[in-house]
Amino acid sequence: MAETTIKSEIINPENLVYKKTDLMTDKVLSYCPGCGHGTTHRIIMEVIEEMGLMEDTIGIAPVGCSVLAYEFMNVDMQQAAHGRAPALATAVKRLMPHKTVFTYQGDGDLAAIGTAETIHAANRGENITIVFINNGIYGMTGGQMAPTTLPGMKSSTSPYGRDLGMMGHPLKITELVAQLPGTHYVTRQAVHTPANVRKTKKAIRKAFELQKQNVGMSFVEVVSNCNSGWKMTPVQANHWMVENMFPYYPLGDIKVDGEIVENN
Amino acid sequence: MEKELRLMKGNEAFGEAAIRAGTDGYFGYPITPQSEVMEYLMAEKPHERTGMVVLQAESEVASINMLYGGAGCGKKVMTSSSSPGISLMQEGISYMAGAELPCVILNVVRGGPGLGTIQPSQSDYFQSTKGGGHGDYRLITLAPSSVQEMYDFVGLGFEMAFKYRTPVLVLSDGAIGQMMEKVEIDAQVPRLTEEEIRNNYPWATTGRYKGRERNIITSLDLDPARQERHNEALQRKYREIEKNEIRFEKIGCDDADYLFVAYGTSARICQKSMQLAREKGIKVGILRPITLFPFPYAEVEKMAEKVKGILSVEMSAGQMVEDILLAVKGKTKVEHYGRMGGIIPAPGEVVDALEQKLIKG
Ligand SMILES: Cc1ncc(C[n+]2csc(CCOP(=O)(O)OP(=O)(O)O)c2C)c(N)n1
Ligand code: SF4
Ligand SMILES: [Mg+2]
Repeated sequence: MAETTIKSEIINPENLVYKKTDLMTDKVLSYCPGCGHGTTHRIIMEVIEEMGLMEDTIGIAPVGCSVLAYEFMNVDMQQAAHGRAPALATAVKRLMPHKTVFTYQGDGDLAAIGTAETIHAANRGENITIVFINNGIYGMTGGQMAPTTLPGMKSSTSPYGRDLGMMGHPLKITELVAQLPGTHYVTRQAVHTPANVRKTKKAIRKAFELQKQNVGMSFVEVVSNCNSGWKMTPVQANHWMVENMFPYYPLGDIKVDGEIVENN
Repeated sequence: MEKELRLMKGNEAFGEAAIRAGTDGYFGYPITPQSEVMEYLMAEKPHERTGMVVLQAESEVASINMLYGGAGCGKKVMTSSSSPGISLMQEGISYMAGAELPCVILNVVRGGPGLGTIQPSQSDYFQSTKGGGHGDYRLITLAPSSVQEMYDFVGLGFEMAFKYRTPVLVLSDGAIGQMMEKVEIDAQVPRLTEEEIRNNYPWATTGRYKGRERNIITSLDLDPARQERHNEALQRKYREIEKNEIRFEKIGCDDADYLFVAYGTSARICQKSMQLAREKGIKVGILRPITLFPFPYAEVEKMAEKVKGILSVEMSAGQMVEDILLAVKGKTKVEHYGRMGGIIPAPGEVVDALEQKLIKG
C-alpha cells in the first residue's frame, strides 16, 4: 500500500524531475541492463528535440546491437548494411543538404567492415555527424574480437587474450579520422556517470550545431561497455572500462574547429 | 517540336538520359568498359543543368549503398558499373530489394570470371535474372540492343523502379556501351521538389514533416512470421511484374522455320545471321527478349509450337538457354551457341551453328 502511494506521488506532474523525450519511442530497449547504447540513444534524441530538429532529421542505424535503433529513435530512420551507414548518410545529406543526418555505429561496424566508408566519408568532408559506440567487442554476435579489442583482452575469438603478433593492434580509428582535413570536430566521450552523460550530450549538441554550419564531418566516439560480451556485471564492466579502456582510448576532444588538440 | 538527334556512344547516351530523366543522384566507381558514363556526367556539369548530384564513390560497395540512402529518401538515384563492380554491389542490391527501394543500375557486362577481360560478354545473365545477391528476390532486367535503348531504358527503368519500388537493372555489354549510333533525345524532365516527393512517396525518409509518424527504411524483421509475410508480398510483386512488364521484339518470325533467341549485342549479330541464312534459303526469325526478368516464356513457347528448332545465341557458356528450355517444355529442339572471354560471334558462325546443331543434327 505504502509503495503505491510513493509511486503515485512520483508520477505527480509537480514532482517530475525528468521526462523521457518524445523522440524516444515507448518500445522497451533491447539492450542488456547497464549497456551504454540506451543512454547514448536518449542523449541524441534529447539533443534533436532541444534543437527542434525532429522534422529535419534522418538517422542511419548500423548492424550490431543497435541494429534496431530505428525502433527506439522516433525520427525518420534508415537501416544500413553492416558498415555502410556513412555511404547512406553521404547520399542522404548530398541529396537533401538542409537536413540533419547522423549515423549511429558500433566499433565492428565502423572500424572493421565499414572502415573504407568511414574514412572516405570523413575525407570527403561530408557534413554529417557520426556517433561511434566503441565497446571493444562485437556485442551482437556474442562477444567476438573487434578491431578495438584491447591487447590481451579475452573475447570468444581471442579466448586466450588478444595476441598482438597474431591478431594485430587495437585500431584507434578516431585519432585516424581526426587526421583527415574533412573532419571538423572529433571527440571521445563516455556515458557511465551522470557527469560524463552531460559532457557527451554537450559534444553531440555541438556536433549537430556544426553540421548546420556545413563545416565538415563531426565525429563523436562514445567509449562504452558491453557487460554481456565482457562477461561482467554492469558495475564490474564500468570499473573495467575506466581502468582498461580509458587509458588506451583517453576521453576528451581530439580535434576542435578543424585543429588537432595538442596533448589531448 | 522536332526531336533532337545526336550521335553518341551507348555509355554517353545513358549519361545524357540520366540528366534528362530528372535523376537526383548518380554514384559510381570507374571500371572499363563503362567509365564514360561518369566522365560524361562530370563533363556535363549536371549540378548546373538540373542540380543533379554526381559523386565518385570509394568503391562499388559504397556506391550501391549511396543508392540505398538516396532511394530511401524518395530520390531518383542510379549507378553504372561493369561485371566485377556489379558483383561487389550484390549485397546492397539485395538490401534494396528487401527494403523495396527504387533505383536504376547499369551493368555494361565484360567477360569473366574474375577480372576476366574488358571485352563484351553476356555472362552475367544468371546473376542478373536469378538474384545475384542473397535471399529470394528478382531484379527487373532490361536488355538494350542499341544506343537508343541505352537512352530509353533510363526513363523506363525509373518508371518501373518507382511503380514497383524495386531496383531495375539495365543489362548491357561492352559493345553497346562503346558503339556510336544516332539517338533521339527527350526534353528535360524536371527533378521532383521535396514537396512532390513527400506527396508521391509517403514512405520516404524526408524528415517527420509536420510531426507525421516516423518513416523507417529497413530490410530487417526478426519475427519469422512477419518476415515470411514480407517475402510473400515481394513474391506477389514479382508475379505482378511478370504479368505486366514482359517486353520482346520479333523479327522475321511469321514464316520462320527456325528461331534465334538472343538479346543485346547477340540480337544485333543475329539480324545479320538471319539475312545470311535467308539468302541460303533457311527461314529463320529472331525473338529478342527486351526484359530478361520477366522473361517472355509464353512467347517463346508459342514460337516453339511453330518452328523446327530454336538456337539460343549468347556471349556466354549458355545461360539464357535454361529459360528457353523452361519455356519450350520439349515442344521443339533447343540448342545453344555462344562465344566466351569477350569474343563476339561473327554472323556466319551463327548460321553455321544453326545448320550443324539444328538442321543437320
Ligand atoms: C556482412 C555481414 N557480416 C557479418 C555480419 C554479422 N554481424 C552482425 S553485428 C556484427 C558485429 C557488430 O559489432 P559492433 O559493430 O561492434 O556492434 P555492437 O554489437 O558491439 O554494438 C557482425 C559481425 C553481418 N550482419 N553482415
Ligand atoms: S551485448 Fe553488449 S553491446 Fe549489446 S546490448 Fe548487451 S551489453 Fe550492450
Ligand atoms: Mg562493439
